[in-house]
Amino acid sequence: MYGNDFSGPEEAPGGGLLGEVEAAETALREAAARQRSSPAAEPGVDLAAYFTDVIAADQKIEPRDWMPEAYRRTLIRQIAQHAHSEIIGMQPEGNWISRAPSLKRKAILLAKVQDEAGHGLYLYAAAETLGISRDELVELLLAGRQKYSSIFNYPTLTWADVGAIGWLVDGAAIVNQVPLCRCSYGPYARAMIRVCKEESFHQRQGYEILHTLSHGTEAQRAMAQDAIDRWWYPSLAMFGPPDGDSTHSEQSMAWKIKRFSNDELRQRFVDMCVQQAEILGVRIPDPDLRWNDERQAYDFTQPDYDELLRVIKGNGPCNRERIAHRRRAHADGAWVRDAATAYAAKRADQKEKVAA
Amino acid sequence: MSGDLFEFTLRLGDDALVAAQRLAEWTTRAPEMEEDVALANIALDQLGAARLLLSYAGELEGAGRDEDALAYLRSDREFRNCLLVELPNGDFAVTMAKLFFLAAHQRLHYDWLVASTDERIAAIAAKARKESAYHLDHSSLWVKRLGDGTEESHRRMQAAVDEIWPYTHELFAADELTARLDAQGVGAAPATLRDQWLSTVEPVLAEATLTRPADGWAPGGGRDGLHTEHLSYLLAELQVLHRAHPGARW
Repeated sequence: MYGNDFSGPEEAPGGGLLGEVEAAETALREAAARQRSSPAAEPGVDLAAYFTDVIAADQKIEPRDWMPEAYRRTLIRQIAQHAHSEIIGMQPEGNWISRAPSLKRKAILLAKVQDEAGHGLYLYAAAETLGISRDELVELLLAGRQKYSSIFNYPTLTWADVGAIGWLVDGAAIVNQVPLCRCSYGPYARAMIRVCKEESFHQRQGYEILHTLSHGTEAQRAMAQDAIDRWWYPSLAMFGPPDGDSTHSEQSMAWKIKRFSNDELRQRFVDMCVQQAEILGVRIPDPDLRWNDERQAYDFTQPDYDELLRVIKGNGPCNRERIAHRRRAHADGAWVRDAATAYAAKRADQKEKVAA
Repeated sequence: MSGDLFEFTLRLGDDALVAAQRLAEWTTRAPEMEEDVALANIALDQLGAARLLLSYAGELEGAGRDEDALAYLRSDREFRNCLLVELPNGDFAVTMAKLFFLAAHQRLHYDWLVASTDERIAAIAAKARKESAYHLDHSSLWVKRLGDGTEESHRRMQAAVDEIWPYTHELFAADELTARLDAQGVGAAPATLRDQWLSTVEPVLAEATLTRPADGWAPGGGRDGLHTEHLSYLLAELQVLHRAHPGARW
């Protein structure tokens, strides 16, 4: 019952990036086809050298392969943070399901938030291949010891925010995630291919919401612009601190977990948005945004990195609320999970008795 | 006749719409992530059925009202859903009791309606019955898990069944409209579904080690637009944005 009937696909975002996702998928299949020998099982093999060779050859590291402990830890941190972001990210948009202004929009939004839960589950499963359980990761999130994307600590104040999240937040997520489709860790790369395809669909839906609003009544146009004014800089900040201040970047690039720097991806996002904003008929709230002929890219104002730091440290507008909400759902559901466990144990007992 | 059919389609559509609105309230609040997905999925099915039914109702009425006009611009006195679907979600056991009783009814009702003499109703029912089978399966499993789980979950599930049971009678209440529709082969005589419903529901309750409540108090009125105090709040939230921008496209 839900779908995308926005006309003019050539105007809508996602086309080029989706092509890259598909190319990554093909590359992944080809890498899998290049049967590599498995010397790791043989005695006397230099495991570290073997690992380096696999990375250098753009082959994939798989769960059973040897890997440096720091590589494993970095991946757990990154994939878990990604999974947490999907789960916490359901809240700002979930906030508008009950009030969505048409039944079609309600269905699309409900489906989107459901997709996010699915992405979360999928990513937790990818993290589990690295030897940690989902329960442990959820505990770390609830205890505030692992992070989720800073963007979800901003409130959704109007319906247009749902559109802005789709267009800008999902757009930034895709720009970030498309290169991860070629990440060196196989389960993560495969998860990203699937996630990117759905995210690109979500981004288009957000774009469609904004397009409708910005071609609607005066109040709707104002609503759309206000949402973009509030979400633009937080979206730019999603790419993380500038390259000079990024702590994990260098090692992650060497391991081919990351393939581009924060600033490269941020630039790419800005260049993509400017053109789309024109078609949308909305204004990007940056007076210094202009084409730089020399760089063949747009100059733009950097987001406020002090604000980013404050939000990451827990002092954004909704940090407390988001975590409290997650904790409450977890605590309120404990008796249900206990019941499911007790019921399963009883059934297992019965089966044993029947078998005996 | 088209007036009767309009009224009947509204009843079905409103049940699905209000059930969807309540189920969607669980999003981000479910006891486990898998259940977040499942409840959103069921809400989406109900919403899908509601859209088909309300669109058809709008056509039958012929007054230019589409699904959104019917969903967003009617007051609580004009809604035709049964009371059961508008009751607050309560804890997870109350939600599962509501879903279980509703899905068991919808499954049987849609099954019957597949043979309706009205082709559109039959086609919608053919799609919806498959979804209802899943809703029934999912909620049955939870009624059993909670009923036969821990002491606390048993206590909560029994309390939920006791609380919701009286509202199930309205699902099978007959009136002049249902009598006329039955005579024309358009809709089932509600009472004929009650025995089948009991034979779906009772074995699950027994397996869940729950006591089937006695029949007694049987609140009703939803089909005449006489609702509980809960519906007006539900609609206030559902309709607030749409009503704030008259005539806008979304």
